[in-house]
Amino acid sequence: MSEPVLTIENLSVALPSWADRPLAIDGISLKVLRKEILCVVGESGSGKSVMAKSILRLLPAPHVCVAGGRIMYEGKDLLTLPLEDIRAVRGGRIAMIFQEPMVALNPLMTIGRQTDEILEVHTRMRAAERRKRIIEVFGDVRLPEPEHIVGSYPHELSGGQRQRVMIAMALALEPSLIIADEPTTALDVTTQAQILRLLKELQDRHGTAILFITHDFGVVAEIADRVAVMHQGKLVEQEKVNDVLLHPRHQYTRALIAAVPSLTPRRIAHRSPSQSAGPLLLSVSGVEKTYPARGGQFSLSRRRVSAVAGVSLEIAKGRSLALVGESGSGKSTLARCIVGLERADRGAIVLEGTNIAGLSRAKLRPYRKAFQMIFQDPFASLNPRWCVADIIAQGPIINGTPRKTALGQAAELLRLVGLDPKAARRFPHEFSGGQRQRICIARALAVKPKLIIADEPVSALDVSVQKQVLDLLDELRTTFDLSMLFITHDLRVAAHVCEEIAVMKDGLIVERGATADIFATPRNEYTKALLAAVPGREWQQNVSALRN
Amino acid sequence: MQGFWQRFLGNPRVALSLLWLFFIVAVAAAAPLLAPTSPFAIVSKPFSPPFGEFLLGTDSLGRSLLAGLIYGARTSLLIAIIATLAAVAFGTLIGSVAGFYGGIIDDVLMRLSEFFQTIPSFIFAIVLVAILSPSADSLVIAIATVSWPPIARVVRGEVMSIKSREFVQAAIVIGQRDVAILVGQVLPNALSPLIVTGSLLVANAILIESALSFLGLGAPNLMSWGFQIGAGRAFLRDAWWLVTVPGVAILLTVLAINLVGEGLNDALNPRLRDL
Repeated sequence: MSEPVLTIENLSVALPSWADRPLAIDGISLKVLRKEILCVVGESGSGKSVMAKSILRLLPAPHVCVAGGRIMYEGKDLLTLPLEDIRAVRGGRIAMIFQEPMVALNPLMTIGRQTDEILEVHTRMRAAERRKRIIEVFGDVRLPEPEHIVGSYPHELSGGQRQRVMIAMALALEPSLIIADEPTTALDVTTQAQILRLLKELQDRHGTAILFITHDFGVVAEIADRVAVMHQGKLVEQEKVNDVLLHPRHQYTRALIAAVPSLTPRRIAHRSPSQSAGPLLLSVSGVEKTYPARGGQFSLSRRRVSAVAGVSLEIAKGRSLALVGESGSGKSTLARCIVGLERADRGAIVLEGTNIAGLSRAKLRPYRKAFQMIFQDPFASLNPRWCVADIIAQGPIINGTPRKTALGQAAELLRLVGLDPKAARRFPHEFSGGQRQRICIARALAVKPKLIIADEPVSALDVSVQKQVLDLLDELRTTFDLSMLFITHDLRVAAHVCEEIAVMKDGLIVERGATADIFATPRNEYTKALLAAVPGREWQQNVSALRN
Repeated sequence: MQGFWQRFLGNPRVALSLLWLFFIVAVAAAAPLLAPTSPFAIVSKPFSPPFGEFLLGTDSLGRSLLAGLIYGARTSLLIAIIATLAAVAFGTLIGSVAGFYGGIIDDVLMRLSEFFQTIPSFIFAIVLVAILSPSADSLVIAIATVSWPPIARVVRGEVMSIKSREFVQAAIVIGQRDVAILVGQVLPNALSPLIVTGSLLVANAILIESALSFLGLGAPNLMSWGFQIGAGRAFLRDAWWLVTVPGVAILLTVLAINLVGEGLNDALNPRLRDL
């Protein structure tokens, strides 16, 4: 067993008096060994990010502060080190990669200059040497044409490229430890797979230890050497990766693993064939939508970006279709066209025999009841100044239901989505992300729609909460006899809720068919790439092999 | 909401300022009781110094300075508050329509507000009062006319950012009408910057009103602080109190309103201070 790079001994972090618990971290001890990737897994609120921040003393003082314990690094306690020395450790010996690369990078500085700053502060290299080193690390993280890309601004890069820049910045000084706080959560599945591969490869080559924070056991299976599971500020398990993944001991770990959506595709099961071949509810044909390209204010030729380039699809009554694709594939734009938040440039959107494409907001209003949308971000999609009952009852009231009846129905809906009807008078900020998404579902159901369009409804949620919300959606589908257009970037999620999948890329549907068929025999290259990128694929296959 | 009041009133500058403002408002409200004679009545010989027969002395015509100060508080506050309310109402209307509909409507309305902003506001106010002939009404109109553009700008920006939030889109999908969305969903969330800007605008309105009155463009039959300074300025060397006392009143009131405005900002946006 190699010696530890970082040792955390009995660390406790106190939260301010108004928080839900007194200690964010309650007596945690763990070690990061040389040349290993330690994954810290836990739901949001488990204290995993707080732990990462306390290592580099980045806690938001004075509200959150270390209450006890030691963090030993290279023979010194980081918690008692003078600020001057901590600065040398930050970035120099221990580097950090954040979740959202767009926010972590300065938008007004070229990425080359930002990397240069790190070298300037921590080393005595001359400008020419620094430039050489920057190009070297940019090449190292596989950024295309490193000599040219150093002059780019963050907004000119894709999300994956930005995260590569963050990793390059972390690597620039060859630190002995990298702390990565959910570095792939904001990325597409395929980009995530690339970044994970890159991290693993760099870690092999440079021998850096990585403390990797995530909530997704699929990611753990891809990258981890050892796993530490956190729950409510306490460490519940710390084992080798295979021990945890295949034989989880603690009950909480088991629950977390069970929540990972399985790759077993869903079959058209609980519906007889005659039902499933029901009449068409929604038929979209040849829908196109283009936007003027940004940044072309002074250029004479106005470039146009085609977001949706002629898409056709149908959904029969009672069926659900998953629209899968990366960000920028046009899947959200298509959804917004269908619900009338955007107007399609061309094509027809026929809902129960009426073409609703191109209708103005006022003319569309009578048809609104038939379809509802569930949005991605449960924190932004509820008006913070309205109480839950009013939010849910709003739709029926607009459609002429008396206020009293509507409020009664709202309470009933709350019960249906698994919330206490007594919560009706409370405000959105009093609920967790998963609960808020339940409220959004209740709001969508309140007008008794026939079609629900769900735009990434679970991608902002923890894996464990994801499963609950997906199960709820599934159950309500049967109860209300709903059809669903489910938009997601995660094939695992699509497989869990939908019997049919359409894969979208660059504004076009490249493959569509029954979920089971697509999982078994993907024909399109892109679909194959998507399937291969699903984190933890091999592990899940091993698990199902073990079970059989 | 409890946190808001704690943060707001716990701020010592806010508490002191509020105390002063309550005092001024109480004085203005009780003016006829505190000063039984008209502020224009000649009560004694001219230039009697403070702390004599009259607490703050008399001016060049023998009018009580204190009575003028008390009635002046009335005029200044009333005109400033009415003008601000008018400016906030009009600015909110223009700003929210521009921000919500965007496109050509936004372009037209914002060019309109820029037109008002490019004219130096005080000179514009002088011109307006001169055209409309000096009276309380024209003061209110002039002050409101030069003060609404910043409000419209603030509201437009807020509405534009709130409009793209998902709960507004959810309201559109549910089928709510535009006006209902604007009034019920968007504007309540734009309230805090509006309150802050509005409160700072009151201070500005008091300054404009005083300056106009100083130039003799105030309401002719209403006593005001600016008028007192204007009347006393010729005797600055012989009777310093004629200018100093109303000047300090303006200073303290404007300062108090600004501090309250800033306190509101800090209390409504606690994240700027915490964390």
